[in-house]
Amino acid sequence: MAIKKLLIANRGEIAVRINRAARELGIATVQVYSKADKDSLAVKLADESIDIGPPQASKSYLNQAAILAAAKTSGADAIHPGYGFLAENAEFAAAAEAAGLTFVGPTAQSIRLMGDKVAAREAAATAGVPTVPGSRGRLESAEAAFALVETTGFPVMIKAAAGGGGRGIRVARSAEEFNHLMPQAQAEALAAFGDGGLYVEKLIEGARHIEVQVLGDGHEVIHCFERECSLQRRRQKVWEEAPSPSLTPAIREKLCISAVALAKAVNYRGAGTLEYLYDDRTHEFYFLEMNTRIQVEHPVTEMVTGIDLVREMIRIAGGEPLRIRQDDVRVTGHSIEVRINAEDPTRNFMPNPGTVSALSIPGGDGVRFDSMLYQGYTVPPFYDSLLGKLIVHDKDRPSAIRKLARALAELGVEGLATTKPLHQALARDADVQAGRFHTAWLEPWLELHASTLATDQASPAARAAL
Amino acid sequence: MTTQQIFSPLPGIFYRKPAPDKPDYKNDGDVVAHSDTIGLIEVMKSFNEVKAGAAGKILRFLAENEEAVMAGQPIAEIDV
Repeated sequence: MAIKKLLIANRGEIAVRINRAARELGIATVQVYSKADKDSLAVKLADESIDIGPPQASKSYLNQAAILAAAKTSGADAIHPGYGFLAENAEFAAAAEAAGLTFVGPTAQSIRLMGDKVAAREAAATAGVPTVPGSRGRLESAEAAFALVETTGFPVMIKAAAGGGGRGIRVARSAEEFNHLMPQAQAEALAAFGDGGLYVEKLIEGARHIEVQVLGDGHEVIHCFERECSLQRRRQKVWEEAPSPSLTPAIREKLCISAVALAKAVNYRGAGTLEYLYDDRTHEFYFLEMNTRIQVEHPVTEMVTGIDLVREMIRIAGGEPLRIRQDDVRVTGHSIEVRINAEDPTRNFMPNPGTVSALSIPGGDGVRFDSMLYQGYTVPPFYDSLLGKLIVHDKDRPSAIRKLARALAELGVEGLATTKPLHQALARDADVQAGRFHTAWLEPWLELHASTLATDQASPAARAAL
Repeated sequence: MTTQQIFSPLPGIFYRKPAPDKPDYKNDGDVVAHSDTIGLIEVMKSFNEVKAGAAGKILRFLAENEEAVMAGQPIAEIDV
């Protein structure tokens, strides 16, 4: 049934993004907010807004009962969970459906299956999608773990089955280290996630992070090609692009087809992303995990394919079949997104909440700024540091990088430190320009370049450019 | 003996314990050293320790565990 009123169960830039997509589809919006977000842009833009509790996320954006009550009070017929918070919570998806609401996302069953890393790896292997050499299931005994590493060799990663976002991961480079770390990892997983289940994977050193965007309607699945997100700090992506600068057409084809095979095998519905590691020396790719939601970096795919992923996922949730055929999905030009965070890159990325005293937003053809900012807005300290995303699109990668540098020079967020100087330095870097990087590239680069970033921010030229 | 306040250095969520299943760093009446940690402030998902900043005896906490605090808000009183 077509959605008439959509409740947005999220905050920040993604709440703004969802609101815009809903309005473009003629759908009314209800924005829920914590007391700390009363003045947020998302609240200002929505048709209605409802207070769901105090600033702490656990008491507001993660409070399922409060969100479902807000849906009932407002007469919303659907809930969009965005990313983070309740987006990959199977219990919440099921509770929404049980309350007669449409959950804009996959079924609770898909979320549960893909949310369990071990089950997801098994589903991938069954669908013929390569996974990183390692345990096919969770390892319940130390003996099983030792037998496994005999076959994979070192280094290996020990991961918590219930973990995510880089939490609960340890690297062992020798049998000795492995013996030492296994019991620690098990105890920590049990304490942190209430589940001591572990699995072990070979560490692919120098690997790139490449992910495939898919859209499904529960029957048909298409891919919208890939994004590369290898520039990461503490496993958080900082710069994402489409297409990947490192894939050959043949590998790209193989990768995207594998993603569709896996998504089809689980009858996937909605927008989803399959994350892979790619070894550009061997041209091998390995499935890592599937994110059953819209992702932060979805705009780069939208820019190169012309497909509005958020509108499509809302249409699909409303019961429409997939309107786009695989043959109609084409990539034009190159797109890059950089994350503008309220963090000071010259002071070890210290979080920097505060009031935006002045704001200059870049413009021009092929420049998009998805953000939660407005002049005079006070960024609250209670949530993550993402303020917005600067996205550019141009005919090829070198042109996109030049456009990014131009747009960054126009961007001015006064009153708080942001990651803008980091992106300016990256756009100038020879390795970044040549696409020579991998997931462990940025952190050592930062150690060498932290002092240059400091100069950037203080330079009169940079100030004048604002 | 004079009474001093310990102020939150940052805005965020104040925690009196290092983890939900751990005991409080300090209780009312505890003797503290200058560099003792009395709590944590969570700012944008990063955790920052709050130090006593003076040696003395904690009279009472003014902020509760998991309370949202502003930078400069008094969170405890200490007798120095």
